[in-house]
Amino acid sequence: MSTSWQEIFDLGARRAEAGREPESEERRRGVFRRLRESLSKSRQALVEEVSASLFDRLDEETWERLEEALILADAGAPTTAEVVERLEREVEGGAVSADGEAVRDRLIEILADVASTGRGPIDLSGEPAVLLMVGVNGTGKTTTIGKIAWHLSREFGLSVVMAAADTYRAAAAEQLAEWAERAGADLVRSAPGGDPGAVAFDAVAAARARGADVVIVDTAGRLHTQGDLMDELAKVRRVIAKQMPEAPHETLISIDATTGQNGLRQAKVFAEAVEVDGVVLTKLDGTAKGGIVLAIAAELGIPVKLIGTGEALEDLRPFDPDDFARALLAE
Amino acid sequence: MFDQLSDRLQATLSEVRSRGKLNEGDVDAAMREIRLALLEADVNFKVVKGFTKTLKERCLGSEVLESLDPGQQVVKIVDEELTALMGGAGRDLAFASSGPTVILMAGLQGSGKTTACAKLARHLGESGKDVALAACDVYRPAAVDQLVTVGERAGSHVYEQGTDRDPVEIAAWALDQARADERDVLIVDTAGRLHIDAELMEELARIRKRIRPHDVLLVVDAMTGQDAVGVAESFAETAEFDGVVMSKLDGDARGGAALSVKAVTGKPILFASTGEKLDAFERFHPDRMASRILGMGDVLSLIEKAEKEVDEDQAADLQRKLESDRFTLEDFLQQMRQVRKMGPLSGLIGMLPGMGAMKQLKGADVDEGELDRVEAIILSMTPLERANPAIIKGSRRKRIAAGSGTKVQHVNQLVKQFDQMRKLMRQMVSGKAPDPQQLAQMAGGAPRPKYRRR
Repeated sequence: MSTSWQEIFDLGARRAEAGREPESEERRRGVFRRLRESLSKSRQALVEEVSASLFDRLDEETWERLEEALILADAGAPTTAEVVERLEREVEGGAVSADGEAVRDRLIEILADVASTGRGPIDLSGEPAVLLMVGVNGTGKTTTIGKIAWHLSREFGLSVVMAAADTYRAAAAEQLAEWAERAGADLVRSAPGGDPGAVAFDAVAAARARGADVVIVDTAGRLHTQGDLMDELAKVRRVIAKQMPEAPHETLISIDATTGQNGLRQAKVFAEAVEVDGVVLTKLDGTAKGGIVLAIAAELGIPVKLIGTGEALEDLRPFDPDDFARALLAE
Repeated sequence: MFDQLSDRLQATLSEVRSRGKLNEGDVDAAMREIRLALLEADVNFKVVKGFTKTLKERCLGSEVLESLDPGQQVVKIVDEELTALMGGAGRDLAFASSGPTVILMAGLQGSGKTTACAKLARHLGESGKDVALAACDVYRPAAVDQLVTVGERAGSHVYEQGTDRDPVEIAAWALDQARADERDVLIVDTAGRLHIDAELMEELARIRKRIRPHDVLLVVDAMTGQDAVGVAESFAETAEFDGVVMSKLDGDARGGAALSVKAVTGKPILFASTGEKLDAFERFHPDRMASRILGMGDVLSLIEKAEKEVDEDQAADLQRKLESDRFTLEDFLQQMRQVRKMGPLSGLIGMLPGMGAMKQLKGADVDEGELDRVEAIILSMTPLERANPAIIKGSRRKRIAAGSGTKVQHVNQLVKQFDQMRKLMRQMVSGKAPDPQQLAQMAGGAPRPKYRRR
């Protein structure tokens, strides 16, 4: 069963607002259906259906086509080789029966397994809980913040303060302001060119003063190759900790699903600067599968926690390794 | 780590020299390495397949078979083929003979269109053209604000009508305005859209039909993976783009998407966007891209990086010492520390073409642990010993080993390798290329930092 909002957000001592019942099984299935639909806007194929022909006969061609499917999903040559070799060994060793269905199921298990490395919820137990969003330019940080705020308000009745700590990008604060309005969240901002750390600091202070539940800090997109910008990010983190020692409680990096092998590099370098707790895999409503997160999980132990499936507020889902694994192989 | 294709090929084909001739098996082995390197670089799987097929045919031709250094020859061919594939007789921007030249920008969400619009505006403005922009992204929050702000910075007027109008109408209106204002160029920014979003792709087609641009440019993020092909094909069909702008090339993504797009659509890459500042925009260089995709080492970047960390005097001093053979272990320790300051060592070393050979040939991993050991050994030496390692014998070795917590053989190894390295560096500094065989002899020891002043 797909991961629920309750499972992906750890609210600590907070009680979800009375009257909000946990997602029913029905609703989850319906949501999954919508997920499939939004994952293939104009296509008929459902995510669950793995192409039957892929597993008809188990021969050299099968393994090649499997490799091809994973490479095309951006899993990368090393991860692909590992997974396929592991599966081949299991089949040859008899642990998995040499028929299409069994091999398919086992492959999905293996992929889901890899995707589950380091799996854990988003820590929102702090009072207020501070969430820091980081990532390369254009990956969807600001939009994701809007979506998270909306879901936290809707699912759990939590109040959110957004910090417009991207003081660099033209109209970044305006962009976040729009999302704050749509999501019903408060916004703390400064003049353009202001100090990002100061905005974050002020936002946490404001949240504490107002008794808000969650602070989400937006940061400017930056390439991991820019050492001085990575230093700046580390500084923002330290400044937040000055306001509240355990904060930020959760740092998420947004990774665009269309990203190739560079995604691993991104995650690695950002994690070196600021201790990344999880990935938000964005733009999964396109045709890209985001396979690079397998390598990110396997090599860095950083799990995907949320997925973005469109530009609207609702288009956010908790990450489910099983659903993801199936989607990787679907045509 | 940027694995060096040339080094891997050399390693793969190293025995061929003794055999004297390249057979099909050798070429297949080489093709496997190339395939891996290209996939690592995010070149599309199917494009790689086609490319290696063509490559194999050429490699089986006589120029490689009779060559003395088949590994290097193969790399040369790959580089040539890639450059040809990505360059060729591309087209420049088409300009109108009368009235404003209309340039339409399209691409996925977050690809960098809006920034590219402003940069292109500035770029064209430099040659004296009067460039204006049109804000046709009515969906993304504050997109119009963003374009207005960056447009101003680029010195271009921005035609906008807020977000409540149909983008097609806004585009048409902007063109009318641009004509009336006698602009030379109108660059039209559009909303990011998925190539599988039928509705938005249709909107793009309508914009195109309405304003009849002289150039349609697809903006592609340099870090795009396998998906680049699907995106390019769809946009080629609907928007019939004329060329590509590669964005975010200042990152370290190898940029295989560039090759994929060109290979599949035949459309040239016209511009490279290399940073967030407006002047980080230039004509695309296919040969540089080919080297980057192959992971041939970005020596230029390394030099630039080194220049930041090492000041002029230090570098000149170092060069003098190397030339006169007065480079001591003390100097080496300093250099090593500076190199470590510059960043994760493996990534740095990987940037240097040829450096990967050391790792490959001995199978030893260049890692931080070894450097710690080397550092400890040098620190256990007296200043005299560091200045003149020749005096390090017998009891001195034992003392140094004990002091650094290592074995005498490690001390011996360091002294021996340092000596070889000094000779090698003297050669390099005086302009000679190092012999890979000599490098191989040093493999397993500490990496050699290399600064070359231009």
